[in-house]
Amino acid sequence: MNPSIRAVTVPKWGMAMSEGKVTRWLVAEGAAVGPGVEIVDVESTKIASAIEAPVVGVLRRRVATEGATLPVGGLLGVIADASVADADLDAFVAGFKVEAVAADDGAGAPAPTYVEVGGNRLRYLAMGDGGIPVVLIHGFGGDLENWLFNQPALAASRRAIALDLPGHGGSSKAVGAGDVATLAAAVAGLLVALDVGKAHLVGHSLGGAVAARVAIDHPEAAAALSLIASAGLGPEIDGAYLQEFIAAGRRRELGAALGKLFADPALVTGDMINNVLKSKRLDGATEALTAIAVGSFPGGRQAWVMRDRLAGLTIPVQAIFGAEDRIIPTAHAAGLPSHIIAGAGHMVHMEKAAEVNRLIGGLV
Amino acid sequence: MARKLTFRQAVNEALRQEMRRDPTVILLGEDIAGGKGSPGEQDAWGGDMGITKGLIGEFGERRVIDTPISESAFIGAAVGAATSGLRPVAELMFVDFMGVCFDQIFNQAAKFRYMFGGKAKTPVVIRTQMGAGYRAAAQHSQCLYPLFTHIPGLKCVVPSGAYDCKGLLTQAIRDDDPVIFFEHKLLYDVAEDVPEEQYTIPFGEANVVREGNDVTIVALARMVSFAKTAAETLAKEGIDCEVIDPRTTSPLDLDTILESVRRTGRLVVVDEAHPRCNMAADIAAQVAEQAFGALRAPPRMVTAPHTPVPFSPSLEDLFVPSPEKIATAVREARAYKA
Repeated sequence: MNPSIRAVTVPKWGMAMSEGKVTRWLVAEGAAVGPGVEIVDVESTKIASAIEAPVVGVLRRRVATEGATLPVGGLLGVIADASVADADLDAFVAGFKVEAVAADDGAGAPAPTYVEVGGNRLRYLAMGDGGIPVVLIHGFGGDLENWLFNQPALAASRRAIALDLPGHGGSSKAVGAGDVATLAAAVAGLLVALDVGKAHLVGHSLGGAVAARVAIDHPEAAAALSLIASAGLGPEIDGAYLQEFIAAGRRRELGAALGKLFADPALVTGDMINNVLKSKRLDGATEALTAIAVGSFPGGRQAWVMRDRLAGLTIPVQAIFGAEDRIIPTAHAAGLPSHIIAGAGHMVHMEKAAEVNRLIGGLV
Repeated sequence: MARKLTFRQAVNEALRQEMRRDPTVILLGEDIAGGKGSPGEQDAWGGDMGITKGLIGEFGERRVIDTPISESAFIGAAVGAATSGLRPVAELMFVDFMGVCFDQIFNQAAKFRYMFGGKAKTPVVIRTQMGAGYRAAAQHSQCLYPLFTHIPGLKCVVPSGAYDCKGLLTQAIRDDDPVIFFEHKLLYDVAEDVPEEQYTIPFGEANVVREGNDVTIVALARMVSFAKTAAETLAKEGIDCEVIDPRTTSPLDLDTILESVRRTGRLVVVDEAHPRCNMAADIAAQVAEQAFGALRAPPRMVTAPHTPVPFSPSLEDLFVPSPEKIATAVREARAYKA
């Protein structure tokens, strides 16, 4: 088998994904591609995303046709040097076998687990080994599945841990005063419980403020800080969104609210809405979200702006925003080493996952 | 944390967790403890389907009450207890037996809030079994939710799976109005992911089980999985079906159905109840009245026939709507030319 031939396969986005549908090819056969070049759009029942070329080369074969549904690990296309013979490519395609990828409850699939921290039960999902661990902290109303496009990629070369903040996802619902300090204390406790040591803290939105607060309160625990569409950098936030999200108990209302998070609201699928509803319906979830909104964003303003204290940190810090963020102004990135990504909204780590993954991976 | 539970286990867990949370929740019904008074046989049974098994051991005889075989008496007792501060959950084995206590349900429980000017509440839940396919003949197999949906003042829940079942039953117990909770006998052993934590699903909120643009299929209870099977078959033929599960027939989430039909222009309603005055007829009529201009084909109803449920197994199997019958109706709706 020619080692310069590389398969492009259907990725596994999240625990439940077992197959993906090819919606559109973005480049022609024969095109030069490489990391950063999106080559094909794929959708799962949960979300759609473009897939980037994993290596530099020429897209020699578009194996999957548009509209086709393939299992996770299924062959989308083939990248190789221009010099590789067609016969070798045909043999590669003919001989390609889908590696069994554990679906939902299959053995070997990473599954979330729980740890007790200060009387709270926190849910987390750990993948990968070694390196400086990366800890992924979601935003208001989110959960660890928000990192489904990021965590597997980051875990390829380091330990990657995603967690549910108190009051969110599968974690218990006690949030105390609902302020950033309380949430940061829970995260710091989780790091100790999991024996993480020093970690690259990555936070999105409210989770960004939490990550920063952990770094400020526990400098020994932070190796680097990536603040994605982060809170804590200025007083403004779309307070109306927070209220809409809390109040939305039904599919239609929640779908409208979630649409504000994306540059392309069509990315909000029925499955995504149902998953968020499932979390919101849990006893105590609405009360927890309300307490956090009051504690962290009273009157629709950010209560805890940490710009001055960030300046005192000696670790690498970066801010990443989507240019079309409608929740927190991108101007809040000013003064920090920052990356403003076009074509993305508040959920920039979902909409432009490959680029965000590169930035996270490149910081340390 | 979610794990797989059967529909039967989901009912049991919803009852157990809500009884732990709220000391005013009590259970009444025939044999729901089982073997009461027989040494060594306490809790042998847990109702005719074993749903309440284990609850008397945790909550005792004062909260898990075995009743005589007199539906009119224990349903009346449950309604009375509800008006005086408890939240009773009565199990009335088969919905087919409900006839002997219609006065307690239709004329008492359903009317109190209205006739006392909103000052009375009646937080009673009546759990009951329904559905054909259990080889239980004409008096134990009907899907009578349309009868109860007809009555203002009653809320009617027809869950299609274990996740919905737990959240809807918890909501039913916490609801201040009388709720009739219909459990399809053939769903009891079907498992799906159910969170350990308590949660509620609001009434009047349909679940869009599958998104599609060609034909809207509305289905209830056991028929939801049949509609999904039909939709998968039809997808291979290039027909893209949306499948909607209303979850509750009263209140009914007509908005979700209308929104879908305005997009697809075609409606198929699947209902295991007899065809006259059932949910299929009701939904088809409301859609025809409110979205006539959007319809590109007549609404189609896939229902059981207007006969008692046959005891002959082969006839009973023909009686129940099947995925094949649903697929045929969808193809006809798709092919219709005015």
